[in-house]
Amino acid sequence: MMEAGAGPANEAPAAIDPATARAYWSKTSALMWIVLAIWFLAGFVVHIFAPSLNEIRVLGFPLGFYMAAQGSLIVFVVGLFWFARRQNQIDEEFGVQEDL
Amino acid sequence: MSASSTGGKDPFISNLNKIYAGYTGGFIGFVIILGILEQMGVPDRIIGYMFVFLTIGVYAYIGIISRTAQVAEYYVAGRRVPAIYNGMATGSDWMSAASFIGMAGSLYALGYGGLAFILGWTGGYMLVAILLAPYLRKFGQYTVPDFLGARFGGNFARSIGVVVLVTASFVYVVAQIVGVGIITQRFLDVSFGVAVFLGLAGILVCSMLGGMRAVTWTQVAQYIILIIAYLIPAILMSVKVTGVPVPQLMYGFALERIEGLEAAFRAAGQTPPPGVIGFHSAPFVGANGQFSMSAAVNFFALVFCLMVGTAALPHILMRYFTTPSVREARNSVAWSLFFIFLLYFTAPAYAAFGKLEIYQNFINQPIASLPEWVKNWQIMSPYGVPWINIVDTNNDGILQWSEFRIHPDVVVLATPEIAGMPYVIAGMVAAGGLAAALSTADGLLLALANALSHDVYYKMVNPNAPTKQRLIIARVLLIVVALFAAWTAGNAGADILFLVAWAFSIAAAGLFAALVMGVWYKRTTNVGACLGMLVGYIVTSGYLMWSEFGGLSFLEVFGTKEAILAGARAGAGIATASAEFKAYAASIVANAATVQDGAMAWFGKALAGLGMSTDHVVLRGRVVARLWGINNISGGIFGVPLAFLTIYVVSQFTKAPSQAMQDFVESIRIPKGGVKLADSRAAVKE
Repeated sequence: MMEAGAGPANEAPAAIDPATARAYWSKTSALMWIVLAIWFLAGFVVHIFAPSLNEIRVLGFPLGFYMAAQGSLIVFVVGLFWFARRQNQIDEEFGVQEDL
Repeated sequence: MSASSTGGKDPFISNLNKIYAGYTGGFIGFVIILGILEQMGVPDRIIGYMFVFLTIGVYAYIGIISRTAQVAEYYVAGRRVPAIYNGMATGSDWMSAASFIGMAGSLYALGYGGLAFILGWTGGYMLVAILLAPYLRKFGQYTVPDFLGARFGGNFARSIGVVVLVTASFVYVVAQIVGVGIITQRFLDVSFGVAVFLGLAGILVCSMLGGMRAVTWTQVAQYIILIIAYLIPAILMSVKVTGVPVPQLMYGFALERIEGLEAAFRAAGQTPPPGVIGFHSAPFVGANGQFSMSAAVNFFALVFCLMVGTAALPHILMRYFTTPSVREARNSVAWSLFFIFLLYFTAPAYAAFGKLEIYQNFINQPIASLPEWVKNWQIMSPYGVPWINIVDTNNDGILQWSEFRIHPDVVVLATPEIAGMPYVIAGMVAAGGLAAALSTADGLLLALANALSHDVYYKMVNPNAPTKQRLIIARVLLIVVALFAAWTAGNAGADILFLVAWAFSIAAAGLFAALVMGVWYKRTTNVGACLGMLVGYIVTSGYLMWSEFGGLSFLEVFGTKEAILAGARAGAGIATASAEFKAYAASIVANAATVQDGAMAWFGKALAGLGMSTDHVVLRGRVVARLWGINNISGGIFGVPLAFLTIYVVSQFTKAPSQAMQDFVESIRIPKGGVKLADSRAAVKE
């Protein structure tokens, strides 16, 4: 016997009209592709240019080395906080956020 | 489920900040007291003991007070871990002995090449956050195979998930136990076998009574210790070299000086020691300092496999089942990455300052005048060479560049002594390494035991088992798995550490595609997903095994005759290889004139025009084959795209999922409301 409120599996599914659900999902997908593009640029593309970036030095760091050791990581961290904020805004815009 | 685990105010949860602030202060106070004791003449050995036993004692205490008899507490910590704390717990769950002990060592040895680990082990969290974590949280059951079972038609998909999970997690947990053994052996002065079982006791006491709940709160405590232990030596070295206590900003100057010293050594006709690159900050170079296509391709392939593997390892994904909401799950991934970032952006600084200390103070000095600590580390490692190996190859009594050989795994542990810091710092670093290895081992063991107790026993064997029995089975399996892992670690020792990197490729190829397509592509069918997982898993593990243990026979199929001959020549010359293998390799060399291209050589040389030809490397006493010149550590680069392709193509030719299944996918995409299961048998009883 399941008791009420034990987890999402036991709650009634939300009644959301299909048009809103579609619009919500297309906006969510668009955000996903944007973040995926940032991931690809910071994770791979910029490092292809590491040999030439290394010609530039900042505070002793060769720039290509710096990007792989720190620059891209900062992009990942900031990117994820931005993503969480942006996705929460989208949830609220369509009224599909959780009721807490 | 009782009110205490759903909404009721738990005094522990509402006082988290106070409790952990007090704990952090307590740990710092403890380090200061030990520092004073050291100055008063307490021997190093006692200080080592106090660090190891007191920290393990604290973890055990947390483990015992967090014991629980509720299923939801045991499997998902009651789903009320706040985002920041789940981030910290994920951070220490994630950062293993390999990150804490090994990574700065890899950077020391490989220079820019080692940054693939830094990028790969952070960037993967972007994939976790945008593709998986919020949706798995919304799905809201206990394990990753739960999702596969509910989405892809039941026990067959669930079983494949369990097999991939067990393969990837088991090799990983064995490596953690080896890591615990290495640290305990050095700081407690006991044999490796004893050290392994001591570590095991430390792991079990944290996880057995309280499951996920105990592991979560212990991991937060372990994160705090490991990050303090990592940052302090780096800060002290930065102050010593540059006068500024921000190592992450200041090591650029250390890099400049390392490059200068490397150039000076080269000008004097010296060479770097084996395994160490002579051009620390140059990207994609071979031993001669020139651009190497193979180095570049391997760099990106490794980054890719580590990122995708991160997003597919079940012990990480299951941490996001513990947050109170979907929204918190998203925030929690961001916090996880932030806490991991704190260590990862310090690691290259650690490596650079450590390397500078060694190059500046020890190279070209008389061997007789080396300080006392060198002797402490000249003990035999489980790899069969001393941790620090001073080999006076030219017998001139002076330590040349190539004569100082430090094993990458002890760079972090030995650096405090190398830089002349008090022993208390070395003890603290050891406690940090121990925390890193224990926390990851806890998470992995729990993932393994949960897959066996929840997915296999409860979901497949005995779905009517009462709660009490499920929890007993879960605990028994946890002990069985832990003992088996410790037994394997004790027997195989460090020879199996290279398998950790395989765990990423195997998880990536086996699980990632099915999980992502299950959420993002509604048309994904049960047959498509199951075939995709099987293809990814079999191709990747098959490639890894064949190229590693049968490298020469791999070349005989995919290699040109030149590649086969080169592999055979190398094989015949490996001193430690079996006589049978050497005789076989020698017979190929003797009949060189009759050697033909392999049957699939056209495939092996398909990318030769890009500088990527199928060849071999000699590693771990074996001839290891490399398809298109890609190291097998990045084997997932073949399996991941194949898995996606299989799922997509097969889904086009099989019957579309039912409307109920499509509704289920719709319902996990939307944070609000409950989940519409397509099959009510997939429901979880709490």
